[in-house]
Amino acid sequence: MDGINSLIEGFGTALTPINLLYAFLGVLLGTAIGVLPGIGPAMTIALLLPLTYTLEPTQAFIMFAGIYYGGMYGGSTTSILLNTPGESASVITAIEGNLMAKKGRAAAALATAAIGSFIAGTIGTLGLALLAPVIVKLAVQMGAPDYFAVMVLAFIAVTTVLGSSKVRGLASLGIGLLIGLVGIDPTSGQQRLTLGIPELADGIDVVVVAVGLFAVGEALWVAAHLRRSPLEIVKFDGASMNRKDWSRSWKPWLRGTAIGFPFGAVPAGGAEIPTFLSYAMEKKLTKHPEEFGKGAIEGVAGPEATNNASAAGGLVPLLTLGIPTTATAAIMLGAFQSYGIQPGPRLLDTQPELVWGLIASLFIGNTILLALNLPLAGVWAKLLRIPRPYLYAGILFFASIGAYAANNSTFDLWLLIIIGALGFFMRRYGLPVVPAIIAIILGPVAEEQMRRALQISNGELSGLYNTAFSQVVYVVIALLLVVPPVVRAVRKRRGGDSDNGPHGLVVDDQPLHAHANQEGL
Amino acid sequence: MPIVVGYVPSPEGRAALGRAIEEARLRGRRLVVVNASRGDALVDRRHASAGEWESVQQQLSDSGVEFEVTQQIEARDPGDQVLDVAQQTNAELIVIGLRRRTPVGKLIMGSQAQTILLEADCPVLAVKAATS
Repeated sequence: MDGINSLIEGFGTALTPINLLYAFLGVLLGTAIGVLPGIGPAMTIALLLPLTYTLEPTQAFIMFAGIYYGGMYGGSTTSILLNTPGESASVITAIEGNLMAKKGRAAAALATAAIGSFIAGTIGTLGLALLAPVIVKLAVQMGAPDYFAVMVLAFIAVTTVLGSSKVRGLASLGIGLLIGLVGIDPTSGQQRLTLGIPELADGIDVVVVAVGLFAVGEALWVAAHLRRSPLEIVKFDGASMNRKDWSRSWKPWLRGTAIGFPFGAVPAGGAEIPTFLSYAMEKKLTKHPEEFGKGAIEGVAGPEATNNASAAGGLVPLLTLGIPTTATAAIMLGAFQSYGIQPGPRLLDTQPELVWGLIASLFIGNTILLALNLPLAGVWAKLLRIPRPYLYAGILFFASIGAYAANNSTFDLWLLIIIGALGFFMRRYGLPVVPAIIAIILGPVAEEQMRRALQISNGELSGLYNTAFSQVVYVVIALLLVVPPVVRAVRKRRGGDSDNGPHGLVVDDQPLHAHANQEGL
Repeated sequence: MPIVVGYVPSPEGRAALGRAIEEARLRGRRLVVVNASRGDALVDRRHASAGEWESVQQQLSDSGVEFEVTQQIEARDPGDQVLDVAQQTNAELIVIGLRRRTPVGKLIMGSQAQTILLEADCPVLAVKAATS
């Protein structure tokens, strides 16, 4: 029961007034950016990375985690009221949520989303607190080949599982790995891909890359697609549920938590798949099948609980192995690195105050989020009236300041523009941004582990797969690559019933909001 | 010489539309209903949704006046868009709805009504929503 004791100490850290303030700021900001489609927690944390130069790590991470959780809450508001997912994890919520709102049940949909998120977030965070020390005990036995295998799994999972096209995912991964290679090779000291430019010898700062790809790329994309008919927002008052809603919601909440947490914890590409699974499961188990497709509360309660549980689950590999499974977690890993902290099995020993303070603040943040979202849903919806030029002007301003502050050099501003243009063209040609950002941040770490494994084995390739654990992981990777195409082929031969499932609905939805989904989590 | 009315889906906008129909009938003129938006926010209260726009057209055809409707999204202020329509159609009168604004609100957000009142070449009839 180390976990519980440490957690109680963590509450001591999190409950200091200054840390409470940062938790509050984080969830406030998180909800706001969650509501706005196209702006997600990954972009926001990237914009705030320069704060890590002045803030204590504990405070910065408390705020970042608040943004991460808050984004999940805010995303559902937009999904329900506007039928445009604020976040990629809320795509499924939009299906039933918006139908409920159109039937005049917006209040119940918002309430079940907020309360479900709270319950799932709290259980998920508890799971994180209990699981993290256990995984750390196992992880200390992991060697370089094992780490490398898990990182390869993360790369493959994020490229093949997310998005519509594996080739595009791989291309994006390649771009990210390439950018991650720029700079001095840490093992041999040679300069790689610096093109003779001295400023590139230190590598490209993660702030510049993340802000360029997310903020500048998105701003250019929005600028190119600015004028469109305003969307119709469903009128509603407050968020509340009646007794029947409660009795129909609590089981989906718990089932959603059970699906979301493990999916978040394994490197399988974020919250999209578990939310979809949760939706499919609720559709199968519901006692009101006739309501599905017409606004069933279970279809909101389940996926919304799932995405918050998977957000909590996603922190498990980040804090225990140093492996991000989502874009937001990748940027948080970048923040750890800019503090000179390497997340991994030793993090819990070397920075117990930081880790447990962070976990405790998640409990507090979740409670604040419930209080912010239940009565104030209407206020958040007002954010959608902000003309986007104002919004993106502000984002570009902070992006430029952040890029300049990284090294106090104007060179980084040019780099920001170039990477921003890259981000725009990736959106333009349908390349997902998430694999690139994970590759940029995790790539150099993976390379280090690979080189270490090869040094130990004296350059023998077998050094990469000579442990039982790494072999298991490579088998999983092989299955991940082979099974989905086979399943698809089999299904096609049976006559293709895959067209009329709820998945078909989601696919229909995507071209319209394709760019909103790009950011991932 | 038609009558141009700037329509917004609000009590003020509906009051303006009602009055404009009366004026059109009285003067025996064609009515041009404009619903303009900048289209750069995700949600714009000034933009009439498909349902609302339909009911406006229903109300117009019920009233029996000759009318024309235009819903436009352009990168200019809605006030300027209404003025443009008025100029192009050589309007005899512009009808707009007025709502109560605080000085600070006007300072920050500007006022479409003010733009129209100050810059129109023809008389402008400003209508307030019925207070009840």
